[in-house]
Order: sequence, then C-alpha cells, then structure tokens
Amino acid sequence: MTAAQRIGTEPSKLTRGIILGVVGIVFAIPIIAMVQFTFRDGLGGGLTLDHWTGLFSEEAARTYRGLFQAIGNSAVLAIVTVGIVLVVLLPTMILVHLQFPKLKRVLEFICIIPITVPAIVLVVGLAPVYSVVVKIFGSGAWTLAFAYGITVLPYAYRAIQANLDAIPVVTLSEAARSLGAGWITVLRTVLLPNLRRGVLAASFISVAVVLGEFTIASLLNRVNLQTALLQVSQSDPYVAVIFAFLALVLVFVLLLIIGRVGSSGRNRNQS
Amino acid sequence: MTVANAPALIKAGAGASPRRQPRSGFAKYLGLTPFAAYVLLFLAIPTALAVSTGFFTEDGALTFDNVAGLFAPNVLTAFGNSFFVSAVTAVIGAVVGALVCYALLGTKAEGALRTIIDSVSSVLAQFGGVMLAFVFIATLGNQGLVTKFLLEAFGVDLFANGPWLYQVPGLLVVYMFFQVPLMIITFMPALSGLKTTWAEANATLGGTPLTYWTRIAIPVLAPSFIGSLLLLFANAFSSYATAAALVSQGAPIVPLQIRGALVSETVLGRENMAGALALGMIVVMVVVMWGYSVLQSRTSRWQK
Amino acid sequence: MTSSIPIATTIASSLSAEGATVELIGVVKDYGSHRALNAIDLKIQPGEFIALLGPSGCGKTTALRALSGLETVNGGRILIDGVDVAAVPTNKRDIGMVFQSYSLFPHMTSLENVEFGLRMRKVAAGERRSRALEALEMVGLGAFAERFAHQLSGGQQQRVALARALVTRPRVLLLDEPLSALDAKVRVSLRDEIRRIQTELGITTVFVTHDQEEALAVADRVAVMKDGIIEQIGTPEELYTTPATPFVADFVGLSNRVSAQLSGGTVLVHGTKLDLLGDGQPDGPVTAYIRPEDIAIEGKGIPATVVASSFLGSLRRTQVVLDDGSLLSIQHDVDTRPQPGDAVFLRLKGSPVSAVPR
Repeated sequence: MTAAQRIGTEPSKLTRGIILGVVGIVFAIPIIAMVQFTFRDGLGGGLTLDHWTGLFSEEAARTYRGLFQAIGNSAVLAIVTVGIVLVVLLPTMILVHLQFPKLKRVLEFICIIPITVPAIVLVVGLAPVYSVVVKIFGSGAWTLAFAYGITVLPYAYRAIQANLDAIPVVTLSEAARSLGAGWITVLRTVLLPNLRRGVLAASFISVAVVLGEFTIASLLNRVNLQTALLQVSQSDPYVAVIFAFLALVLVFVLLLIIGRVGSSGRNRNQS
Repeated sequence: MTVANAPALIKAGAGASPRRQPRSGFAKYLGLTPFAAYVLLFLAIPTALAVSTGFFTEDGALTFDNVAGLFAPNVLTAFGNSFFVSAVTAVIGAVVGALVCYALLGTKAEGALRTIIDSVSSVLAQFGGVMLAFVFIATLGNQGLVTKFLLEAFGVDLFANGPWLYQVPGLLVVYMFFQVPLMIITFMPALSGLKTTWAEANATLGGTPLTYWTRIAIPVLAPSFIGSLLLLFANAFSSYATAAALVSQGAPIVPLQIRGALVSETVLGRENMAGALALGMIVVMVVVMWGYSVLQSRTSRWQK
Repeated sequence: MTSSIPIATTIASSLSAEGATVELIGVVKDYGSHRALNAIDLKIQPGEFIALLGPSGCGKTTALRALSGLETVNGGRILIDGVDVAAVPTNKRDIGMVFQSYSLFPHMTSLENVEFGLRMRKVAAGERRSRALEALEMVGLGAFAERFAHQLSGGQQQRVALARALVTRPRVLLLDEPLSALDAKVRVSLRDEIRRIQTELGITTVFVTHDQEEALAVADRVAVMKDGIIEQIGTPEELYTTPATPFVADFVGLSNRVSAQLSGGTVLVHGTKLDLLGDGQPDGPVTAYIRPEDIAIEGKGIPATVVASSFLGSLRRTQVVLDDGSLLSIQHDVDTRPQPGDAVFLRLKGSPVSAVPR
C-alpha cells in the first residue's frame, strides 16, 4: 500500500480497476454497437463495408445531397457562432475585466442564464424574434447562429474567464500603457497572445455545441447536421449512424486538442 | 497616450481600481452596448416572450386558461414523468459519477488516464440528441447488438413487455449516457479539492480511512455533491433532442409536450399552451439552479 | 509490541504528559533515484525541543513525516520510547502533528476540531468537551470555540491546530513549518507561545523550519540539514559560534565570505591572523566566513569605503568595499553613522573562523 492509500486518500489499485473497468465496459458497449451497426449487412447478420464505401460513390453524392448541404450549414453555423463569441463576447469580457470590475458578477450571471433557460424553452420565445430576423437577413440557416451564440455563452464564458483569471490582465495592461502603448496595441500584443488558451477552448467548445444542436434548429424549421441526420435515419439508418460516429470522433479530437493546449499552457506558466 | 502621461497613469493605476483618463458618463458604457443589445434581442426578449405568452390567447387577450391547462391530467403526467426521469438519472448518475471520480483519485492530474477520461466525459456530456438516440437504437433497439446477443446467448427477449426503449423507461437508460460523464466533469474538481492535510490530520489524530471518509471527506463534499446532483437534474429535465429522436408517439415528458404544442396543426391556440409549459419548466429550472448556486457558494467557502 | 491507543483515564486539568525519547537510526528514504534521507542519526531526549533546519529539499520535512508514519522509510530504524515503530501505522503512533496550513477540518467548529482526536479515542462526550475547551483556553482561544476555520485568522487557525494536536496528550509533538504561512509579527508571538506551552507540558517536540532565526529562538538543540544529511546538531549558540561546516556557518546567521590564506591552523585575512574552526583542511588559499559583528569600524586598520548603511532599530548594518573590490557587511552600534563614500578602517575582532579551500 502506498502512503496515500494507508490514510485513505486513494483507492487501492483493485478498487480503481474494478470501478473504472465496469463503468468503462458499460460505456464502451453502445459505442461498439454503433460502430458494428455501420458494418452490418442489412437484417441478414453479415458484415460489409458497403455502407462506408457507399459514401464515396456517385449515387451517394446525389442521394445525400441534402445531408451534405446540412453539413455545410452546420459548418457555417459553427464559424459564425465562433465569430460571435470572438467579436461580441470576448471584447466585452476583457472590457468588463479592465474597466467595470463591479459588473463582473452581472456578466457572469447573464452567461449562466442559458443553463436555466434551456433551448426548448428559449425556442418558444425565439419564434417571434426570428420572424423579424428573417425579414432582415433572409431565411438562411446561418441566422440560427444568433441563437447559438446564446446557447454557448455558459461554456465560452467559463473557458475565457478561467484564462482571464489566470493572467494578471490589469497589471499587464497598466504596464504596457505606462510604457506608451495605445489600447489597440495592448489588446493585440499583450492581451490576446496570453488569452490564446481560453479563446481556443471557447471556440472548440462552441463548435462542439453547435454541431450537436438539434432543438432550436428543428423547432424553427431549419436544416442543420442533426435535423438532417434524423431525416436520413428514416430512409438509411446506416449513413445516419456513420455520420453520427464521425461527428463524435471529430468532437473528441477537438476536445483532446483543447486539453493539450490547456495543459501545455499551464506547464509553461509554471516553469 | 504618450510616455509623458505615464506618471499620471501610474498614479491613477496605483489606486484600488484601474482607471483610464475618465471620459464622460455615458460614453464609458458604449463598449458594452453590442453585447447588451445582443443579449437583449436573443435572450431577454425570447425568455420574456416564452414565459408570458402563456398568459395570452392567440388574439392577445389576457387569460389563465393556458396556465390552468397545465393541470390537465396528461400534462401533469408529463411533469411527473419528467421529474421521475430527471430524479432517477440524477441520483444514479451522481452516485456512479462520484465513484468514478473516487477511482481517479491519486492518478496523475495530467496523466494519460485522466486526460482521456476527461475528454471522453466532455464529449459524452455534450453528446445528446439525435446521435445518442441512434447509438442506443443500435445497442438496445429491436435489432440492437445487445438485444440480439441476449436473445441468442440467454434466450432473454428484452422487448417481451413492449417497446420500452421508445418510452419513458428507455429515457432512463439513455440519459445515463450523458448524466454520468456530466457528473464526472462537474464533481472531479470538488473531489480533487480535498486537501491531503485533512487526511493526514485525521491519521495523526488516530482516525482510520473510514473515519476520514465518514467524518471529514463526505461531509465536506456533501454540498458539492448535492449541487452537482441538482445540475444533473436540471440537465435531464431540460433535455429535448434525445427524447425527440426516440419517442415518436405521444408526449410523455414536458419538453415533448412543448414540441406537441408548437408543431400542432390541429388544435388552435396551442402555441400559447407552449408558453404555459415553458413557464412551468422555467419555474422548476429556476428553483433547481438557485439551489445549485447556493450550494456552490457554500463549497467555495470551505475549499478556498 | 502494543498497538492500542492510550485511553484517557483521568479528568486531570493538566494536559502534561511525560515526553518520550525519539531516535532515528540510520534512516534512509528514497524517492525513485533521489535519496531524500541519507542515513540520518538523531537522538532526542524526553521533553526536548529540537528544530530541524535547512533549505528546501534538505530532507527536514521528510524526516518529520517519516517520524509520523506519513512516509515509509527504505532503511534504518525509528524508535519512540525504545520501541521500533516502523510497522505501526500513523494513527497508532500516539503523536500530535501541526501542519503548515489548511489542516483544520472546514466543516467543524474549533471545538469540534479539537475534540476530534478525543473522539477517535472514544472519550465520553462530557469529558471530551471539557478537555477540548481546556486545550483551547491554553492557546488563548477559549472564546472562539464555536468559530469555523474560515472565520479565524491564520495565526488563530494554527493555534487551534496546536490545541487539537495536544489535547490527546501525545508522546511526541511534530510541527511541520507551522509558522511559514503567517505574517511576520504573528510568527514571532506564536513561536514564543508554542515554546512556552511546550515547556509547561514537557512534550518531546520536533519543529521543522527553513527560518534560521526562528530555529535559534525556540529550540533547545538545532539540527542543520542539507541534501539528506545532518551537517551539525547543537545548541543555537554552538551552531552560531562554532559552525562545524562552511554550510552551517553560511546558513546560520549572516556571514561574510572573504579570501584568505590558511597555514598551520591559522587563517590570514587582510593582515590579521585568526584561529581556524574545525580542522583537516590543507594549507593554501581559502574562503573564510566572518560574522558581521566580528568586524569593527575604528580609526586604523584595513582601509575600506562605505557603500551603504542601514538603520535596523537596535543596531546598524553597513556595507563597505575593500581595495580589492570585495564587499563586507559589518554590524555595529547605532551611534556610529557611516555615510556612503566615507573612508573607514576595519579591525577584525579575532573570533575563530570557518574556512573552506577556494
């Protein structure tokens, strides 16, 4: 037994193994089933690569045009949402941090509200707002990004704020200003390079949330990746599951990258 | 701004709060208007609309009919089911998640095991909706991998008593898939925040690992655990997409009732009913999230 | 070998217990390839207050934790009252320990914290409460019984931690840098209080610190450690006036490092002959360690120029530069007021010095 195990702060290797093993297996089974499903040969029970290779065939491009368009929509939505985060949220957070410290709690509260007002509730009130939006911006799916900027607020806020709290923003700005830098310069050369971690994390999380969003798109009658997946699953469940799996892997990779960027930043700061 | 202004800046900066050379009152707040306008348009107004449309008829007249409609038997059942599913998945998710966090104690914080579990949990916690429904149909559906395995290996027919996966019992199983990861993400910081000196002090004072956990660790973790549990409850309660993809018949939970009200073509005035349902949901969410924030402040006080 | 926890049998108002002898014999501790303790030998008498002093990484905390059982050892023996405690887990060693910070249980009041050890020993509720209150009174916090840790200042928290450690009348009291996280003034008053209480109770005490002034002020004997070995154990005065190694000379108190020549047991420094402390060094060029108070500013002697002078309340410390460019720090009375740029003369007062080959 290690010292920590003797005083009880750590579980024994056996306990750890059992808990993680059981939970791991229970959670792996559905993923395995998902992957196995994509190789199934109809109801017969054999295995085939057809569903995967079919993605690249001529007919696929035609039959699934709707799905590919939906993927394009979701990509655009992700980009615009990240844009909103970077252009609206980030400057506001920096401004509040530097100039309006008393408003920090207000900002925090606002950014937590979307958890209390979930998408299914928000969408009830979004419908009238979007009838106005459609008049100004047209009825393209990309306008959903306005609503998505709100749904990602809690996650983006937390990611950026963790970074803001970790670096001495006020001191750095004052130092730069006392050396003669204007505010744009301070932002560009002093603050943003140090906020890279939080900004990246916020962006990736926003992408993950946008790719997985269904509620608002569906109830506002727009087409995005998730609504298209549901549609496709009615006619070809295999393709639907393949894309669901790919989306899962993509988000996993994104979040791994965030984790790496985050920890290397931490290690750098500690040296 | 030139270097000549540096002394004034430093003097001003030496005060309690950072201040540039002061501008006129309103101009100062100009920088906040983009965000304020955005939040007003896409959060404040929709929320206000969502809670208030329940009080109006489609002609705009004030009415309590919609709110009264909340007490119709099928709506009450939906609320009951929502509470049931949320509570059960929250409790089980909290316990299993806490066990996993416990199992991770003592592993290296930046090590491979934790980063992977961290990332996987982050993904699965977000992995709701349509894709999750697919995954479980592939696993436990009529042609699901596990269903077929149980049938062939043990002769157990999962669907002997009906298509449970596509009803409330199915939600119980499926929701666990994101509840447990959410618990892991939310609770791990609290568990790692347990100071080793407490365990060491417990040992030097004659205590055992059991007394450490029962008298110290669990009481200290309790607010955080219950807070996370409330968060899980709120998360399940407000989930829509997964249920929408799984349940095609009927509206056994509140979010699906809202769907029914919004897309219904047959019954008029149903959009306002959606407003009433939304109001009901918000009331529940506000109460739960308020409890969560109270517990969070208690936790931060102890684990400074 | 008994493994039962001594149970309180009397409701005596005094908390005193007989101090135990503590011995570390050839204790070795390895962390992977790094040897944190390199065959440490230490014998502590009953009721003695010993300080383990040294820079970070010297092994002092490791030695303390090995004593407590919170760390295992790879070699050697640890005896408490003559009994080998290697196989005895921490919770059965009957010790009291005060940690650097954050050791009070945050969800319990001060009183409940102090009662904890008694509760572990199955002391009845009434007796538990009265003994705990008594312990809190002893550290001057009787009125704070119902306060929680976050409602107490750092100094108060440490005092509660002390009461908690002492209320069970342990055989040995271990303190792991208990004052390091506190403000300077609190540090000084609290260390005196710890010493006072310890003297009253007569508990064998081991006190770890990196602050040499603190160690010298409170301990009966000080063990100076470096890289896992004990360089010297002695009374504060012994360590200060007759340091056994240059490291001790440098670490304990202030020292000037001066170039000198060693021949035949005498150190020649700027024309003055001083006796050598210690032996075994070959003749030749050395670096000598001279205390600031062993140099005087007088009318004639070694020429030097004043660089700076600081007023420290009861004395002055003056930096001077010699003709060869070396800097010296001199401690003297406050009536002499050298100004930067003044030409002065120095006399070495003649105390023996440590020296190490250059």
